[in-house]
Amino acid sequence: MAEALLTVSGVIKRFGGIAASDGVDLSIARGECHAVIGPNGAGKTTLIAQVSGELRPDAGRIVFDGADVTHEPAPRRARSGLARSFQVTCLIPSFTAIENAALAIQARQGHSFRFWREARGDRSLNEPAMAALARVGLEGRANVPVGALAHGEQRALEIALALALEPRLLLLDEPMAGMGPSDAARMIALLDGLKGRVAMLLVEHDMDAVFRLADRISVLVYGKVIASGRPEDVRADAEVKRAYLGEAA
Amino acid sequence: MRVPVIDRPRIATFLLFGLLALVPVYAGLFDQPFYLTLFARVMIFALAAVSLDLVLGFGGMVSFGHAAYLGVGAYAVGILAYHGVDSVLVRWSVAILASAAVALFIGSVSLRTSGMYFIMITLAFAQMLFYLAVSLKAYGGDDGLPIAQRGAIGPIDLNSSTQLYYLILVLLGLALALAHRIIGSRFGRALEGAKWNERRAVALGIAPYRYRLVAFVISGTICGLAGALLATLTSFVSPSYMAWTRSGEIIVMVVLGGMATLTGPIVGAIVLLVLEEILATITIHWMLILGPVLVLVVLFARRGLWGWIAGARHG
Ligand SMILES: Nc1ncnc2c1ncn2[C@@H]1O[C@H](COP(=O)(O)OP(=O)(O)O)[C@@H](O)[C@H]1O
Ligand SMILES: [Mg+2]
Repeated sequence: MAEALLTVSGVIKRFGGIAASDGVDLSIARGECHAVIGPNGAGKTTLIAQVSGELRPDAGRIVFDGADVTHEPAPRRARSGLARSFQVTCLIPSFTAIENAALAIQARQGHSFRFWREARGDRSLNEPAMAALARVGLEGRANVPVGALAHGEQRALEIALALALEPRLLLLDEPMAGMGPSDAARMIALLDGLKGRVAMLLVEHDMDAVFRLADRISVLVYGKVIASGRPEDVRADAEVKRAYLGEAA
Repeated sequence: MRVPVIDRPRIATFLLFGLLALVPVYAGLFDQPFYLTLFARVMIFALAAVSLDLVLGFGGMVSFGHAAYLGVGAYAVGILAYHGVDSVLVRWSVAILASAAVALFIGSVSLRTSGMYFIMITLAFAQMLFYLAVSLKAYGGDDGLPIAQRGAIGPIDLNSSTQLYYLILVLLGLALALAHRIIGSRFGRALEGAKWNERRAVALGIAPYRYRLVAFVISGTICGLAGALLATLTSFVSPSYMAWTRSGEIIVMVVLGGMATLTGPIVGAIVLLVLEEILATITIHWMLILGPVLVLVVLFARRGLWGWIAGARHG
């Protein structure tokens, strides 16, 4: 097998007395959808924050596409192909949907030290931004301010922003959080359509989604990976059942 | 497709500049040269306020030391004049470069902090420059430094109050147009995006520090030009140009006129300085009247006076 796209090894992150990551090992192959499940407070968001660069681990290494990125700042990681979505919607509130997407496009295109040309009428921003919105079904809502979008639409825009970066690895932190069944079904179909084309680290509580999308599943409990493998193996694992699936199912 | 929109903020801005352009006519008709000087001063502070709006309104950086750039620009003009440099272009160019350099230094240090620390550190730097000016005995120290000649730029004779007035008006208009351009550009989007949601901007690959620093330097440079104009207008420089109360006044102009509106700060400068002028002739306790007025405006006009003039939604 080719070298993994992402390798997390021995990552430790402490907040005061709590070890939110307690020696996490994880690897994601190119094109793989790797789900990370676990109870609330297990350290899933903390793991994503360390892979995206928002948090620095206290110990351990993170290697992305052959390069050690452990000490790289978050913006540079985003530009090198690591894109994340947030568990709690994190958009630019005073911008419209397309302005949010256009900001992602201009960031992907390089630096933003262009002072003269008007961004609003710039087709090299607006066309790819519109395409990113269309991928999540928001093309009809392009000029709506973020604050006026429905919750499900805001969640979709979160994904559109990550996709607009054309990442090689998508870090998805509970993309279905707070969604109704129809929005959730749409999101699953969207992610299913991305499968194989872009690698994903998917944190999700919706077990239907996880078992449908994941190629591999890792189970995180108290900052430790207690099981990792193919979905059917993880489902059968007794320890996992006790630690997590038992109480969720 | 781009249709030129004649919207309310734009009309209001043109009206405002039209009125400012009529001030010399009015002053001439009623033989009140005092208005010419007052409004020239108002426009210079408006220029400083527009520059502050770039960092405060659009960048979310509460600089409590913008008077420093006013002072650097003014002292550059004063010191060059003292040493016999008569060319206004040289004086002003040096003023602009010096304030850019000072803003680069202060910004690169201050922007490593945020929130209350940023406010305090920008204030501290401005205070240092204030005391530096006081200690420059060769250039008048506490008493300040008179400037013998306003000088000329090509055919424009700055000793003519009217010509100086219109030059300041044109520079204010140019600075406003430039600021609009910058805010509407990719750079402006990155700056504003990082202001509203830094976490999101970072996740998109935008490193806020460098955009904030560049905005800070642009702002300091424009404010330095305002300082050069102030020194030219008053034919005088003194440490009081850098007093911390001056920095506070510029903030009040921006907040009163409307943050992140660009034209608003111009209105803020006009209203604050004209009210000050009127109230000061009525009572020495004018601050007691002005204070509550400011509080009311901030409480009831969400985007300052400009939000109320131009409609709340647009800049
Ligand atoms: N910034 C922080 N400061 C202090 N404790 C934190 C912080 N972020 C997370 N934690 C703690 O770390 C643990 C893991 O949190 P988190 O990664 O959000 O879990 P999950 O996403 O799996 O629900 C929790 O006990 C949480 O309270
Ligand atoms: Mg979480």
